[in-house]
Amino acid sequence: MIVEVSGVTKRFGERVAVDKLTLNVPQGVCFGLLGPNGAGKTTTLRMIYGVTLPTTGQVRVFGMEVSRNVRAVRRRLGVTLQQNVLIETLSPRANLNIFGRYHLMDGAGLAQRVEELIDFMELRSHADVPVDKLSGGYQRRLAIALSLMNRPELLILDEPTTGLDPAVRLALWSRVRELRSQGATVLLTTHYMDEAQRLCDTVAIMSNGDIMAQGAPEDLIERHLARQAVEIEATPAQEQGLLHGLGVSPPRCRLGNRVMVYLDDPAALLDRIRRLSGIGARAMAVRPTDLEDVFLFLTGTSLEDNP
Amino acid sequence: MTLSWRHALAVWRRNATMYRRTWSWNILPNFFEPVLYLVSLGVGLGAYITTMGGTSYIQFLAPGLVCVAAMNGASFEVTYNVYVRMNIEKAYDAMLTTPIQPVDVVAGELLWSMTRSCVYGLCFALVVAVAGLAPLPQALWVLPVIPLTGLLFSAIGLAFTLRIATIELYSFYFTLFLTPLFLFSSVFFPLEERLSASWLWVAECLPLLHPVRLARAAFFGPASPALLWDVFYILGLSTVLVAYAVRLMRRKLTL
Repeated sequence: MIVEVSGVTKRFGERVAVDKLTLNVPQGVCFGLLGPNGAGKTTTLRMIYGVTLPTTGQVRVFGMEVSRNVRAVRRRLGVTLQQNVLIETLSPRANLNIFGRYHLMDGAGLAQRVEELIDFMELRSHADVPVDKLSGGYQRRLAIALSLMNRPELLILDEPTTGLDPAVRLALWSRVRELRSQGATVLLTTHYMDEAQRLCDTVAIMSNGDIMAQGAPEDLIERHLARQAVEIEATPAQEQGLLHGLGVSPPRCRLGNRVMVYLDDPAALLDRIRRLSGIGARAMAVRPTDLEDVFLFLTGTSLEDNP
Repeated sequence: MTLSWRHALAVWRRNATMYRRTWSWNILPNFFEPVLYLVSLGVGLGAYITTMGGTSYIQFLAPGLVCVAAMNGASFEVTYNVYVRMNIEKAYDAMLTTPIQPVDVVAGELLWSMTRSCVYGLCFALVVAVAGLAPLPQALWVLPVIPLTGLLFSAIGLAFTLRIATIELYSFYFTLFLTPLFLFSSVFFPLEERLSASWLWVAECLPLLHPVRLARAAFFGPASPALLWDVFYILGLSTVLVAYAVRLMRRKLTL
């Protein structure tokens, strides 16, 4: 295991940010921590790279107890923080040079690594433009390039694509996949379901400081829900009327007046909605179930509704 | 966690890289401040003062103002600049994703602010020497006083920066702490001569007074063993404050 978090609790005064969390990340996977803001994702990451100490429990990275081997652990990992920390008046190349020195790199070795990273993160065309003149996408590329400086065996990405446009997100995903194929282990947090679903081998759904469910995205959907989601506009009474007599009681979630019903084969339900149009319920959409549904089902809250 | 000098040096180099880009319009205002005091008070006011402390007034001023230059160089760095790096640019958060530890950040910042302090102190000392106000070679003894002054005011300022919640509080630091020190630490007149015996301890409490006393002894002597008390004061207070700053930095960066 690259990361082993065992029975970890973190309290900030009265507030419990992480609650008896256990989490294992094997080598070579892309592991996604999924959850709304405030679920404890960032705190968990901070404990893994050793800037936050657990109140109780143990965190081991590369087999080492983090709190006692902080420097040794950090030599081998890279972190992209949620907020870019860049020197705005300097160019990407100058930023990379300064950051390399934090890893005690210097001279020709550093110069070569900087050029490699400029190419890898596709920064060549903007390598000498001051950072404050760069778009958000290029700034994010640079932030990720910095975290790759020491060829990390474990790459930690805290919300790598939040606030970026779709083209940039696709480009960054391809870089992450490339790194994983080169053997790096990737641990990322996100509140984008599509990101988790398309990028991660394993996702852990976090809520209120603990993991509610964990597995491959498709497995989670299959284990907790069903392949198709039918969205219906219906009051609870209308919902009862529709489902009564369907013969089965499928898993479902409600958000206000909208109810999602999960079925492997929605034909019978759709047929009932059509025939019982007098009830007043209306089918909004039939779509494949995604991780957002799993999250909603497990936590009772929508990711988007959370502040 | 023990200090890693190589990582502290990486922090130092980051600041040095940034400073090199802007030094020419950064150094000038701070550097000219003591020069202006020297000219205005030394040449202007000095014309009305026959002697002070056994020398001409402008010569009396020179060693104290070397310490003031060193104090200013350190103070600007560990106040606004560190505050911005820490709380606005979040530079230390990025450093802490690498093997750099809070204790290295403190050491690197102290080294850097002492560097700036030395740049200011040495430039001013050079002006004093060129103006013929420093009895050479004896006055070369002021050279070790400059980094000592830098260390002391770096430690004081850094501890203050790590304690305050908002940047506005620096007006207190500069107006109610550094300015009184500047005015009353025997730079412009021998403070001890103006205090009655029962109030002499007040003078000993003023941090700037100790480097000024050392600098003046470097210029005009005598090399009394009593000066060891001033060295001890500077090193002792700096050690306590640096240890405190490390604790505060650790708490601030690793919650």
